[in-house]
Amino acid sequence: MNNIEKFTEEIKNCNRRYIAKAITLIENQDKEATELINNLYQYCGNTKIIGITGPPGAGKSTLVGELVKHIRSLGKTCGLVLVDPSSPFTGGAILGDRIRMPELTNDDGVFIRSMGTRGSLGGLTKATRDTVKILDASGYDYVIIETVGIGQAETDIVQTADAVVVVSVPGLGDHIQTLKAGIMEIADLFVVNKADKDGASKTVRELKLMIEMSNYEVSERPPVLPIVSLSGEGIPELFSKIEDFITRNIENGNFEKRRKEQLMFEIQDILQYKMQQFIKSNIKESEYRDNVDKIYNHESTPYLVSDKLLSILLNKGE
Amino acid sequence: MSERKIRILVAKPGLDGHDRGAKVVARALRDAGMEVIYTGLRQTPEQIVRAAVQEDVQFIGLSCLSGAHNHLFPKVTQLLKENDAEDIIVFGGGVIPSDDIPFLKDNGIKEIFGPGTSTDRIITFINSLCNE
Repeated sequence: MNNIEKFTEEIKNCNRRYIAKAITLIENQDKEATELINNLYQYCGNTKIIGITGPPGAGKSTLVGELVKHIRSLGKTCGLVLVDPSSPFTGGAILGDRIRMPELTNDDGVFIRSMGTRGSLGGLTKATRDTVKILDASGYDYVIIETVGIGQAETDIVQTADAVVVVSVPGLGDHIQTLKAGIMEIADLFVVNKADKDGASKTVRELKLMIEMSNYEVSERPPVLPIVSLSGEGIPELFSKIEDFITRNIENGNFEKRRKEQLMFEIQDILQYKMQQFIKSNIKESEYRDNVDKIYNHESTPYLVSDKLLSILLNKGE
Repeated sequence: MSERKIRILVAKPGLDGHDRGAKVVARALRDAGMEVIYTGLRQTPEQIVRAAVQEDVQFIGLSCLSGAHNHLFPKVTQLLKENDAEDIIVFGGGVIPSDDIPFLKDNGIKEIFGPGTSTDRIITFINSLCNE
């Protein structure tokens, strides 16, 4: 049995050591990771994927912990991917989401993996997607992805999910405005966490108003749920709303449509990634430098140089 | 293209609530470009080992200031063995009398860093083991 076959076998048997090692291969962009995914893909497709996003400090990790406890109480298993930011300067990271869910570590029906963003454009989305595949093939009923607070890349990751929960909190004031412009559009469900705090009902009202003003069909308006993650209040309701959403989508064909759209994005992402690698390995830094001098002296332009380099690349690709 | 990153679990076994030291080390390792999974206070050896396996770390750093290190640290290395994960290197720190160090090393703890250790020494220790 070669390495890939061994990995495939052990992952199918939900061997934690192998699941963990496979995720490391993915994170390190190892060549074997791609082979493994190709081999495992036939066993994927049974898990439901839930994405959780929202601003830093909104209580995402605590909410995830409580949600998983509820899912476990229903006898279902759960894989978790928790993303925290890497330093753009050193590449290092403190991954601290586990702190919010210590009691889940001893549960055999839960697998938790922390991930740093590692600063690579698009790379994290790829790594997250592939990690979900590993957990899917291992037989987890649900996979929950928790993103870092903000930004375009995070919306991409969450878009790999079947249901996206956006977590807000009372008292964010002007930050509500940024929510409106950004992750607002990707939410399938809204949660107002820390609902025992002052202003929670106002936040719920504002979100509902905003939803009413958007272009949703009345039947497809995302629900807004007040929740107190620390005490678990509202968590069962949240989970049943998530289930309702996914079930409804399966029945009306939106689930398939959504997953197919995601697959299209994924292929495009992989192509772009491969193109980047191809460019990196085929154009030496000295070639850029020589041309930069010419452009600096106005003997050429950035566009002409790019065209020239592109034609070199196209020749090499043949 | 493959890019290996050092992953370390920093954990506090036992019942003392003093995690300043663990946080200082975690921060220093982060600044050295490593990925540090911090699991928080009052972790059992079982929790630490299970988290280390799931996170696929190369190192576990244990901090203990309660005096229970002779009981807790060897429990971690023993559980690693039972989980086929003895390749994970364990080091420790905290208030640990020098008389106890040989016993801990005999039980699979690779190094003990006492009070006053510079964070650079810990980073050098980790890097040198990674380059082996």
